[in-house]
Amino acid sequence: MEIIGFILICVGILFNLFGCIGLIRLPDVYNRLQSATKCVTLGTCSILLGVLFFCGFAGAGVRALIALPLLFLSATVAAHALVKGAYIFGIKLGDKSVKDDYKDVIKS
Amino acid sequence: MKYIALFIISLIFWLLLTFSLTTSNIIVGIVAALATTILFGKFFVTSIYKFLQPQRYFWFIVYLIIFIWECLKANIEVAYRVLHPAMPIKPGIVKIKTDLKTDIAKTTLANSITMTPGTITVDIIDDYIYVHWIYISTDDPEEYSDKVSGRFEKYIKKIFE
Repeated sequence: MEIIGFILICVGILFNLFGCIGLIRLPDVYNRLQSATKCVTLGTCSILLGVLFFCGFAGAGVRALIALPLLFLSATVAAHALVKGAYIFGIKLGDKSVKDDYKDVIKS
Repeated sequence: MKYIALFIISLIFWLLLTFSLTTSNIIVGIVAALATTILFGKFFVTSIYKFLQPQRYFWFIVYLIIFIWECLKANIEVAYRVLHPAMPIKPGIVKIKTDLKTDIAKTTLANSITMTPGTITVDIIDDYIYVHWIYISTDDPEEYSDKVSGRFEKYIKKIFE
C-alpha cells in the first residue's frame, strides 16, 4: 500500500513540475491557464490519492478523498472566471492562435 | 424539500471532513449545514427525486472511469506539447453545440471540459459552449464538437436528465 502511495505522490509532483514549466514557456494568458489547470487534475489529484493510500481509510486519508471534489469544483470555477475576465478585459489571444469564435458574440 | 436534501448532504460532508463523532462536533456541523442551507438553498437543483434513482449512480461511476481515462490521455498529450522544444500548439476559441437542457448538466459538462487538460470553457450562451483549445486539430465544427464534448455528453445526459 505504501509503495502505491509513494508512486502516486511522485507522479503528482512530476506533473506539477510539467505544469510549472508550461506556465513559463507557453505564450499567452489563455494557454498558461491551460497549463495551470493541468497541474490540478493529474498533479494534485494523484498527490491526494497517494495520501489516501499512505494513511488508509482514517483521518487524513478520508479528508484527502473529500478534498478532491472540492478541488475540482473550485479549480474549474476559478479557471473559467479568469479566462472570461481576461477576455472581457481585452487581452488578445496570442500570435499563434488560429481561430476565435467568441469575438463575434462579445461584440454584438 | 430541496432545502432538507441540501441540509443532509452538507451535514454528511461536514462529518466526513472532520471525521469525528463527538457531540460538540455534530452541533457545530448542524449549525454550519443550516447556514449553508439558508444562504445557498435557492441555487440547489430543483428535481430532488433524481437523487433516489440508483441507475444514475451507476452511470456516474461509469462516467468517472471514462473521465479519468480521458484526463490521463490528455495530460500526457499536453505535457508532450509543453516539453517539446518547438512547442507544437495551435490555440484558439471554438464554438460547440450541446444538447443538454438543465443548468446542472450544462455546468457539469463545462466543468469536465475545463478539467480535461488542453481545453477550458470560456462561456456558455444558450446552447453553445465556447471552449479555448490548445491544439485545434480539424477545421470541421462537427468533428471538433465530437472530440471535445461528445465523449462526456451522453453519460452526463444519463446522470442528470
